[in-house]
Amino acid sequence: MKKNKRYSIFSLARNARNYHENWAAAWRSPEPKPSYDAIIVGGGGHGLATAYYLAKQHGITNVALIEKGPIGLGNTGRNTTVIRSNYLWDESAAIYELSLKLYEGLSQELNYNIMLSQRGLVSLAHSQHDLREIERRVNAIRLNGIDSEMLSMAELKQLIPILNLSPNSRYPVIGASIQRRGGTARHDAIAWGYARAADDRGVDILQHTEVTGFRIQGGRVEGVETTRGFIAAPKVGVAVAGHSSVLADMAGFRLPISSHPLQAMVSEPLKPIFNTVLMSAAVHVYLSQSDRGELVMGAGIDKFNSYAQRGSPPILEDILAATVELFPIFSRVKMMRQWGGIVDVCPDASPIVGKTPVSGLYLNCGWGTGGFKSIPGSGFVFAHTIAQDEPHEIAAPFSLERFSTGALIDEHGASGVAH
Amino acid sequence: MLRIECPHCGARDEAEFSCGGEAHIARPKEPDKLSDAEWADYLYMRTNPKGILAERWCHTFGCRRWFNIERDTVSHEILRVYAMGEPRRESGT
Amino acid sequence: MKRQRNRLDVGARIDRSRRLRFHFNGKPYEGFAGDTLASALLANGVRVVARSFKYHRPRGIYSAGMEEPNALVQLGGGASSEPNLRATQVELFDGLEAASVNCWPSVNFDIWAFNDRVSGLLPAGFYYKTFMWPKSFWHSYEKVIRKGAGLGTAPEMPDHNIYEKRHQHCDVLVVGGGPAGISAALAAGRSGARVILADEQAELGGALLGNGERIEAASGVDWAMGARAELDGMDEVRVLSRTTAFGYYDHNYVLMVERVNDHLGAPPGTLRQRLWKIRARQVVLATGSIERPMVFADNDRPGVMLAGAARTYINRFGVKPGNRAVLYGNNDHIHQVALDLADAGVRVEAVVDVRAKAVGEAVAAVRERGIEVMAGHAVGGALGKKRLRGVEVLALNEKGDGFAGDIRRLRCDLLCLSGGWTPTVHLFSQSGGKLDYSENQACFLPGEARQAVSVAGAANGVFALKGCLGEGAAAGRSAAGKLGFREVGAPEALPVAQGEAGALMPVWRLPPVSKGERRFVDLHGDVTVSDIELAAREGYSANEHLKRYTSTGMGPDQGRTGNMHALGILADIRGESIPAVGTTTFRPPYTPVPYGVMAGRDVGVLADPVRMTAMHGWHERSGAVFDDVGQWKRPWYFPRTGEGMAAAVRRECIAARSGVAILDASTLGKIDIQGPDAAKFLNRVYTNSWNKLAVGRCRYGLMLGEDGMVMDDGVTSRLAENHYFMTTTSGGAARVMAWLEDWLQCEWPELKVYLTSVTEQWATLSISGPNARRLLSELAEGVDLEADAFPHMVVRSGKVAGIEARISRVSFTGELGYEVSVATSYGLALWQAFQRVGENYDLTPIGTEALHVLRAEKGYIAVGHDTDGSVTPGDLGMDWIVSKKKDFIGRRSLARADTMRTDRKHFVGLLPETRVPEGAQIVAEYKRRPPMKMIGHVTSCYDSAALGRPIALALIAGGRERIGETVTIPLTLQGRVVKAEITSPVFYDPKGERLNG
Repeated sequence: MKKNKRYSIFSLARNARNYHENWAAAWRSPEPKPSYDAIIVGGGGHGLATAYYLAKQHGITNVALIEKGPIGLGNTGRNTTVIRSNYLWDESAAIYELSLKLYEGLSQELNYNIMLSQRGLVSLAHSQHDLREIERRVNAIRLNGIDSEMLSMAELKQLIPILNLSPNSRYPVIGASIQRRGGTARHDAIAWGYARAADDRGVDILQHTEVTGFRIQGGRVEGVETTRGFIAAPKVGVAVAGHSSVLADMAGFRLPISSHPLQAMVSEPLKPIFNTVLMSAAVHVYLSQSDRGELVMGAGIDKFNSYAQRGSPPILEDILAATVELFPIFSRVKMMRQWGGIVDVCPDASPIVGKTPVSGLYLNCGWGTGGFKSIPGSGFVFAHTIAQDEPHEIAAPFSLERFSTGALIDEHGASGVAH
Repeated sequence: MLRIECPHCGARDEAEFSCGGEAHIARPKEPDKLSDAEWADYLYMRTNPKGILAERWCHTFGCRRWFNIERDTVSHEILRVYAMGEPRRESGT
Repeated sequence: MKRQRNRLDVGARIDRSRRLRFHFNGKPYEGFAGDTLASALLANGVRVVARSFKYHRPRGIYSAGMEEPNALVQLGGGASSEPNLRATQVELFDGLEAASVNCWPSVNFDIWAFNDRVSGLLPAGFYYKTFMWPKSFWHSYEKVIRKGAGLGTAPEMPDHNIYEKRHQHCDVLVVGGGPAGISAALAAGRSGARVILADEQAELGGALLGNGERIEAASGVDWAMGARAELDGMDEVRVLSRTTAFGYYDHNYVLMVERVNDHLGAPPGTLRQRLWKIRARQVVLATGSIERPMVFADNDRPGVMLAGAARTYINRFGVKPGNRAVLYGNNDHIHQVALDLADAGVRVEAVVDVRAKAVGEAVAAVRERGIEVMAGHAVGGALGKKRLRGVEVLALNEKGDGFAGDIRRLRCDLLCLSGGWTPTVHLFSQSGGKLDYSENQACFLPGEARQAVSVAGAANGVFALKGCLGEGAAAGRSAAGKLGFREVGAPEALPVAQGEAGALMPVWRLPPVSKGERRFVDLHGDVTVSDIELAAREGYSANEHLKRYTSTGMGPDQGRTGNMHALGILADIRGESIPAVGTTTFRPPYTPVPYGVMAGRDVGVLADPVRMTAMHGWHERSGAVFDDVGQWKRPWYFPRTGEGMAAAVRRECIAARSGVAILDASTLGKIDIQGPDAAKFLNRVYTNSWNKLAVGRCRYGLMLGEDGMVMDDGVTSRLAENHYFMTTTSGGAARVMAWLEDWLQCEWPELKVYLTSVTEQWATLSISGPNARRLLSELAEGVDLEADAFPHMVVRSGKVAGIEARISRVSFTGELGYEVSVATSYGLALWQAFQRVGENYDLTPIGTEALHVLRAEKGYIAVGHDTDGSVTPGDLGMDWIVSKKKDFIGRRSLARADTMRTDRKHFVGLLPETRVPEGAQIVAEYKRRPPMKMIGHVTSCYDSAALGRPIALALIAGGRERIGETVTIPLTLQGRVVKAEITSPVFYDPKGERLNG
């Protein structure tokens, strides 16, 4: 990081003296070059992280990141900011744990405070079936060397005193697990922090540049057609959650993906009242409180395909009924803002990271509801895959071929929210 | 909340229906003759268009009949409702 | 009690005969019926009512409506406590208690105001640049930051009110009860269309309630009251006051909240609010507009207020918002308001108008009163801290974009602002409509619509009353006309109203008068002009980046009074036009909506329907402990007095193995299948063959998904030539039914097969144990139960306890067993008959836990318990049930590379040293510390009474080849390690002799 760009309490104080008029732009707005060593399509967290790790881990700095709008405004800026790595299958645990570990050092690495708040993530069980599934997951996670515990009802009550633990509720809470390293991070900061750090290493971030097609010769990608002209590159990585099928269609193949709305909402700001992240599969809700004081909530996906970034109100009614059932004191709290993202959903609720039928074209998609928590790990292994033209070992199970062989990594239900 | 015209019951709220995803995915007649990749194409690969999508819906909390619709996945406008087994329009994707 | 010192003696829409007492921040005050909390506070001279979000600056009442950025209060306490209400929207009631939020110890002396002193260190996005060292400390910083943020507090008790939802269809939904909305509703209503007029205020009239304008000879308010009376007289018209349309969704679906009795204090147990779910054929949005302020240094001081708000406090509430006023703006409105202020006895110091040429009726009238009009001037800054003490005025240069000349100070305690109007296009935008920028009006207007919606009046950029009336009527008439409704006779003549207003001159930002001054753009979030400049400098110059980086418009007021300025300033910095910079997305809800009203009645016992069998009452009376299986309540076990779960389950198991046990099996999914192609259909959906099943016989079937994974199982019987009866798992019943219908209707419409779900129609009990036949024989009539006549897997019809019944000889316990099914209404009678006769057999009711122990001893799978959607029949060792001769759903998937692997996880038995939790993981090579390679997991584990030891079922990689090997189960949660031997999954009676006995 160049010296005059570095962030710290001291640079903040120094700049306060001249009314903050000397801060540099966090990233440049360069004109596109005719060709690059690699192009990343998609300026969300995954694309930005990939560009950063290409430059940092693999020394590939002649990179263009192409984004059709401003960066970070798709799912990266629309999620509920939950971070965790408590996944059932070894393959999933590996990639999400890599991600969580990278998150743990990311503020310092990027010199940008991502406000990682590891306040613990609690999953509730409401039936013997839930309890068995949670127990299975916790055991698997622990043997993978990742932190996870069961909570006694007394511990749960102490941790979340406002939770309705009445045995008379419709689906009484009968047990819970916790990943203490789970929590939240500031979503915008992830995009901006990676963008600033990637730019600093030479990556050209080209905003307002839309890809309109791929130039493919003899099964090899040669570059991308964009609204700002053709840009050549021997390697193109695509990370455009929500629009993966659209880009795949441009490259001439189909994906096992459907695009669905995923809705979220925040309440008006409240003084601190809830200090963990909570999820309940049975009553379909996850909830945390942001540093601004808003209760942040999300639910399951809307069932129909959509590219509209909006869903149907019954989902909201369900989340809020579930929330009031779990937290009766929130009945008079108000929903302030509600929105939707477009998530790629794979049949096994696991991502696709790897090579495609087109040589030199790489794909990163299908994260479903797990996109935000996987950003650093995904970018890390995707950068490796692009640089080496060979999947990173953690990415290897997430190939497109698994749909032919049948080696699916079925995380249905493993996200804790029914799909 | 979509308002869907059930061909048998009339217009009803989306909440009464279940969405069955992309329509016109016929089950291969002779699965054994397909390669793994061809079978995967039937089983998993989807067009997932941004624009007009032909999809299946079932009036689950009504007549329980399945039918097809053409819907714009950006505006959510429903352009056509038609019977199961009826072909999609030429112009449809 | 203090006197209402700012209250006018006459006029306005308050009832001076009805005094209402209330407390604010613990102090007693008095107001009148018709007041809002804000108007009552102003009447009592309360200036500082709140603190800002970030710098905790003292703030006063700024508006008279939902756009209020400052005056957020906590209302009530205990079970009625509600955070973050706008004082400008809270209708006063007797006994109201409210307090300021976000300040400590009090709103007048707030420790957190220290933030204001160090604001230089806290520019937009400061937190991204610091708190990173040392690495582990963010958590500590965060605790402090969290306490400083947030506004009100969550209630401490559950809500004591109730909520409800209503669904309603209408021809025309009119949103907004101002002049345009009223006109639209009248026109549509007169045509006979079914109309709903929703308005967020307590009474119709909208802006007319506050601006004192006249319609023909009457006051605007009287006109509105007359219209209300006419609307109330129309059969098909419903007027909903205190109702906010907050969300516009697909296909003209609009959600609205009606505040039923908040204005009465919502007594405990009463219906507080109602959610309206409207499906409208046509929508007319007459949602009005919101006045914009002007931006200058310290423009947030208590006493600075929107001009329209000041006017409303005088005309509607009879409150003088100040004693000495300056007005500042860029349009005629400030002049009109100056006249109203003067009429109310407020001393008007000057009207400061940025327009060099301020002309027109209102301006002339102001001059006539001897009030100074400072044309071509601007306010550079406000003076005072906890209350406004004056303003600094400067002349503008010729271009109007900078200052010329010296500062002149004017004393005042009220500064009224008008920077033009922002049409309320939120709902239109939510509906998918496009917005177009109007250069002359300096605002976004509704453009092309996506749904059946039109916009009228101020929301459409028509701000003068005359235009609102005309456009509203036209919109109402047109909406109804599109649906075939026509007004009888000629349309009523439009009422005559006042003329047009003069043009405004947009001024988004002026240069600072002094370095470091703070000009607030978003009052709520404390976002200043410098913050916006900083964001743009650092590259966050996309509108959506700016909003997120500075938090502009992110508060509960959604930046209603500041967003256009933010956009204008950003456009100015970027040197682009406003439409090029764009607008932010309008997201629901329009104003915040309580969780409670969205939840409605779907909480508590009504959170989800409870399904109960016909025998449920008996189970309850017999002390059953229940488990939730889907929506069903199933008896888990039946403890006797003083008996724990383990003992009860053991006793139940022993009864089944040595005597006879009875189980309520009514929750099993049941599907009646009829038609000539039924067997063909079963062949396609089950893995095994159904060609040779004779009438009166039963067969077990396994169902796969098309991906080859086990999805459900159950016994299907052939009742007649073309009549089958399928059972499914309890949890899978609905899914299987839907799945079968899907295949039948969509893929195989040529098959003549008819499916009926009969789960609810049949009550089923299951008896098993060596004495099952003897027990049944006491109740069965006309059925030969002898083993040869009625062997295993046979179904017969007959009477049991005098009730028509189906009897199947099937078993999930491995013992001699029968299932008896009768019409649900006879279920309890049947069960009770068995209990009576069963006394001689020590008939023991058992729950699902004992059933699981018994089936696990036999190695029977429980789908969803031992399988998880990644298990094939081969994995389960059930290749015997997979036909090689025919195609069936999922067959091709079993021949894929991964499903053919020989090292897949196999279903095996385990003999663990001690009982282990289900879900425990299994390793081949134990290490003292993780990670270690897992080879499978325990799917079921019980203490078996029959075997006198714990047994388990498990899925283990290559398990069938490892039988006899010892594996390790590390229980890291419990801190112990258990060894287990891999065995066959069948632990008990492997030859099935008991079953066939």
